[in-house]
Order: sequence, then structure tokens, then C-alpha cells
Amino acid sequence: MSFFQVQPSHFLGLAAILFATGTAAVLLRKNALRIFMGIELMLNAVNLTLVTFAKIHGGLDGQVLAFFVMVVAAAEVVVGLGIIVAIFRRKGRVPAGATAVDAASVDDVSALKG
Amino acid sequence: MSVDAPAIMKAAWLIPALPLFGAAVLTFFGPKMKRASGPFATMMMAGAATVSGIVFFQMLGATERTFVGTLYSWISAGSFQVAVDYRVDPLSILFCLVVTGVGALIHLYSVGYMKGDPREPRYFAYLNLFAFSMLVLVLANNFLLLYVGWELVGLCSYLLIGFWFEVRENASAAKKAFITNRVGDFSFSIGIFLIFAQIGSLDFGTVFASAPAVLSAGTATAIALLLFGGATGKSAQIPLYVWLPDAMAGPTPVSALIHAATMVTAGVYMVARTHVFFDLSAASGDVVAWIGLATALLAGLIAIAQDDIKRVLAYSTVSQLGFMFVALGVGAYATGVFHVVTHAFFKALLFLGAGSVMHALANRTDVTQMGGLWRKIPWTMATFVAGWLAIIGFPFTSGFFSKDQILEAAYGSGNDALWILLLVATLVTGFYMTRLLVLTFFGPSRVPDGVHPHESPPSMLFPLVLLGAAALLGGLLGARPEDGAIQRFLQPVTAPSVTSELGFEGEVPFVEDLERPEAFPHREGGLSEGQLSGLATAAGVGGAAVALIMYAGAFDWRRRRENPGLAWRAARNKFFVDEVYQFLFTSLGRLGATALAFVVDTRWIDGVVNGAGMMTTRLATLGRRLQTGFVRSYAIGVLAGGVGLMAFFFVRSVV
Repeated sequence: MSFFQVQPSHFLGLAAILFATGTAAVLLRKNALRIFMGIELMLNAVNLTLVTFAKIHGGLDGQVLAFFVMVVAAAEVVVGLGIIVAIFRRKGRVPAGATAVDAASVDDVSALKG
Repeated sequence: MSVDAPAIMKAAWLIPALPLFGAAVLTFFGPKMKRASGPFATMMMAGAATVSGIVFFQMLGATERTFVGTLYSWISAGSFQVAVDYRVDPLSILFCLVVTGVGALIHLYSVGYMKGDPREPRYFAYLNLFAFSMLVLVLANNFLLLYVGWELVGLCSYLLIGFWFEVRENASAAKKAFITNRVGDFSFSIGIFLIFAQIGSLDFGTVFASAPAVLSAGTATAIALLLFGGATGKSAQIPLYVWLPDAMAGPTPVSALIHAATMVTAGVYMVARTHVFFDLSAASGDVVAWIGLATALLAGLIAIAQDDIKRVLAYSTVSQLGFMFVALGVGAYATGVFHVVTHAFFKALLFLGAGSVMHALANRTDVTQMGGLWRKIPWTMATFVAGWLAIIGFPFTSGFFSKDQILEAAYGSGNDALWILLLVATLVTGFYMTRLLVLTFFGPSRVPDGVHPHESPPSMLFPLVLLGAAALLGGLLGARPEDGAIQRFLQPVTAPSVTSELGFEGEVPFVEDLERPEAFPHREGGLSEGQLSGLATAAGVGGAAVALIMYAGAFDWRRRRENPGLAWRAARNKFFVDEVYQFLFTSLGRLGATALAFVVDTRWIDGVVNGAGMMTTRLATLGRRLQTGFVRSYAIGVLAGGVGLMAFFFVRSVV
């Protein structure tokens, strides 16, 4: 077995890295768009995992599930982006001392505070 | 056990069924029947009386006189088996005869008395239900069914005493009767529980047959006293007699029914029926006898100072019931029951007579406003005199025989104090009854102007005449203490032997275990029967003579009354028993309720409830801090959860 041969486990490792990156983006960024991107990254990491396992086990279930995830993610992007853009527009201006990306900070959304 | 009982005895279920049918029909169709409801109810009662009579005569001709019929199985839970079954034997059929016979006459009388009352159908529905309840009570063959009848009787008395509930006093009297009775019923129910706990059955046959073998003397005493506690409620004995004098708030025929046939005799019946327990415990017999005696004296003394004709009669009933309980207490059960029968005759007569007087005087009951009525209402007067003769024990009237025998039994029991005090009670009876008679019917008229006494209609006089005849002649049924017709008839039930008539098969050698094996107590070498009888009659007639001198003679009782003595005032105020009860139970009870309401309820119970709410609020105040509103901190929670789960599964797969 050659060292460079691509094994299914390599895909799993890549997926883990992608997932961790996405998680870090979600947790560390304040801007809603960036968090959103992080979420997409996590979803795709999961998709990759699903397809890999489908390949390993020789079934089609994982692949079918990946399609579902993609469809849902697409729908989510449409709705989610729409909402984010709407909020961004509503806030209108960028506060002083802040960059444009901070305008859509999720920390400002605190209606759920107990 | 009932193999050769006459088939007709099976039809005894008709006796309570007819009044029940009447009550049901009157409940649903009464308003449509209007004036026909009275005669209809009377016919139902007459039917029941006829069936009773037929069964009675069949029984006379039969050798096997106990019949137990089962209608259906009522409760069946493991070893707890109760059936709706009826017991036809000499004791129950005798009570059936009294209840339906006197009851039918009272129904008939009511037709005239209640004429024009807007709720007449309801009245007769209650009346029929009352009779039904009492018949269930006397025909029941187990304690539970007896208790059902017992409670139904209490309910009906409540409904009828408070029949004219628009007047506040009547409603209060009804409540008083019901609540006082409930106190006794509570004792009765505990007694029943104890019987079931000890014997494991509620069936009369089983219980009475096995009681002597199973029960210790202490348990028998406890059961007997608890049962007697129930009897003090229904049969108006100390300490629960207070409801009966107030029970006259109802229509007068109801008073007659309660006093003569359907209610107060229940306690006497119950004690006579369960006499096995009293036989097993001499102490309980003493308690019964002394309570009876105290009641007889106390009520008699109160009756002396009352001016309300119905109230005097009510106390007289309490007093006479005391006599019956003395008889039961010394073991002369048949004698006690005999007095129930004669008392039913003359007390129903006296009450209906009082109703007739009230009818004549537009519902006046104050004897100080009567007098001289014999000229105006001679029929009422004549029948009232018959009742008076009977109750004072005038020779050869019904009361003469039964009261004589009670005194003889008291003497025979060997307790001189009991006998002498009972003689005093007899004297008191003679006094207050004569006072009542004289003030009502004789002497100068004190009737207020504008009141025109008139004789009652025939439908009211006919029962009076019939009952008058019974009051005069009814005593012949039991003229001799041991071999009178009634006593011999009752012998199978009231004799202390617990063997054959109960259908208990096998060896029953318990008779020598009984502490009071003799049915009618005798004393060796004492006064003879004739002497005793002479003394008893002398006491009753003597009391009457004193009253005659005082109230019909030259003595001016009205002037004497302006300056009453201490004893008179005490008796007039019923020895303040009501006030003492009012303080002890009502006031103190209200105090206790207040304490419960404002301390236990507001402080303790509300404290627990409010405390629970406050604890929740505090916990929530702590918990809400977790909810920061920062979405990313929630995401950390999700991440931590996910990592945690993975770590858990990983560790588990490795270890």
C-alpha cells in the first residue's frame, strides 16, 4: 500500500478539519454572514462524512442523505440570507468606531435574554 | 331453615315495596294527581298493612316462623358478602304491623289535615318514603341493610320536620334532628365495623349464632354500647334526645308518625334485634337501663312545665322511650317491644288528637289559651281521654299492662333504686298528662275571642276512634308478662337462646355463657305480681290525682305561675340542656372552626402552598441567569454537549 494512496479515512480527516473550522467560525465570529458561512462549512463537512461512510459500507443511504442535506442547506441559504440582508438594511447605518461587518453582529440580537 | 315456611311469607317484600312504589309515583306524577295523592298514598299503606296482616296470620299457623328471602346479591367482595335480603320473623312482622297499621291511619288522617297545602303531593311522597324506610329497617336481614333503612329514616324525618321550611325555626329543627341523629349513627356504624371485624359477617343469622363463641366480654360490651349509642340517637335517649321535642316543627301527623310508628321505635327494635350482644354483657344492660331511667325522669319533669301541647307530648314520648329502654336493659325484651306497640297506639292517638285540637283552634298549641274544649270537640276529647287513660296506666288499658310489666321487670332485676325511680317516673307521667288533659279540655274556656273551635272532619276522626279502641284494648295482647300473646309470639326471637330459630346448624352450647340467661327477670320472695301492679297503678293514678287537684280544683295555677319557684323555672327551660349543648358543641365547635380557618388554614396550609410558589420563583431567578441572550454562548453549550456525548461514547467503547 503506497503512502500517497488516498484512503477513505483521509476523507474523514478532511471532514473533521472542515467541521472544526466551521465550528470555530460560528463561535468566534460576530458577524451573521460569517457565522452563516461557518454553518455551511459544517454542513458540507457532514455531507462529506456521509458520502465517505456510504462508500466504506457500500450502501447508498449516506449519499441519499447527503442530497437531502444539500437541498435543505440550499433552502436555508435562501431564507437565511434574506433575513440577514433584511436586518442589515433595517439597521441602516454602521455605528461609529465599528467596521461595516460589525453592523450585523449577532450579539445585538438579545430578545431571548432571561 | 325456611323449608316449611309458608310460601306467602315470600311475598313479604311487597310490604316495603308498596310504599316505595307510592313514593316513586308521587314523586314523578304527584303534581298531576293533586288531591288524589293523599288517598293514593293511603291506599299504598293500606295495601302494605294488608300484606303484613296476611303474612302475620300465615305465620301464626306455621311452626317454622322465620323466613329469610333474598332479593339479590348487593355487595360481593371476597369474604364480604351482603345481600338485599329480608327476614320475616315474629319481631319484624310485629313491627311491620305497627308501622303499616298505625302508619295507614296517620296517612288517612293526613288527607284531612293537609287539605289545601300547596305541597300536598310532596308531603305524601315523603310520608310513603318514610314508611318504606322504616320497613326496610325492620325487615333487613343484615346490619348494612338495617343501616340503610336507619339512614333513610333519618333523611325522611329531616324532610318532613322541615316540611314547612319557609319558617326558619322549622328548617333549624330539621337540621337539628338530622345532625343529632348523625351523631348516634356514627356510633352505630362503628359498632357495625366492629361486628364485621370480629365476626367477619354482617348477616343476622351468622352474627347472632357465632357471637357468643367469638366475642370476649369486653368486645361484646363495646359492640353493645356502640349499638346503643346509635339507639340513643334514633330513639331520643340521653344524651341525644334533644332533637325530638323540636321535631314537632313538622306537620302534626308527621309528629305522630315519628313518635309512634316509624322513627323512635327503631332504636328499641334494633336493641331487641341485637339482644345477643346485650345478653353477653351485663354492664351494657345496666347502662341501657340507667340511661333509660334517667331519660324517663328528666323528660317527664320537663314535660310538667311546658305549655305547648305538642311539646308536652314530645317529652312524653322521650320519657316513654326511656321506660322501654329500662325494660330492654333488664333483659325483658318482649316487654320492651310490647310497650312499643301499646305506646304506638296511644301516642299516635294523642298526637293526632293534639292535631285535631290545633285544627279546631286554627293552629294554636298553647294550652294556656285552651280550656273547656270538651263541649266543642267532644269526639276529640273522648279519644284523647282514652289515650290519657292508657298512658297513665289506668287499669286494663293498654298502657297499664305494658308499663306494669316494665316495672315488674325492673323490680325483678333486683335493683331497688331502678324500680323506685321508675315508679317516680310513672307518677310524673300521670301528673303531666293529666295537667295537659285538664288544661286543654276542661275548666273554664280561655280561648281568645274570634277563635271558633270546630270538630274535625270524619277522615280525621275515624283514625282517632280506631286508635282510641286500640289504646284501650290493645293491652290484652300481652296481659301477662310471660305467657301473654305477644310475649309468647316474640319468644323465638327475644329469648336468649341463640340456637334453633336462627337456623344455625350444629352444636351451640352457649346459653350458659350468657350473663343474663333469663328472658324476664324475677326476684325470689319479693312482692307479688299483684302488689307490684297495685303500686304501679297507684303511682300513675296518684300522679293524675295530684294534677287533678292542682289544675281542676280550687288551686289557682295561673296566679302561682306569676311567682314561679326555682324548680319550675328550671323545668320550664328544659334544664338548660339545649343551652349547655349550644355552648359545648355549637359555640366551642365554632371556636374550633375559627381557629382552624384563621390559624391552621391561613398560616399552615396557605403557607405550604404559597411557599411552594415562592420556592419556584427563587429557583427561576437563579436559572434565568443561564439565559444570557448571546446566541454564541448557546452554541458553546451545544458544542460542549456534543463533545461530551462523543467523549462518553468513546470512553464507554474503550472501557
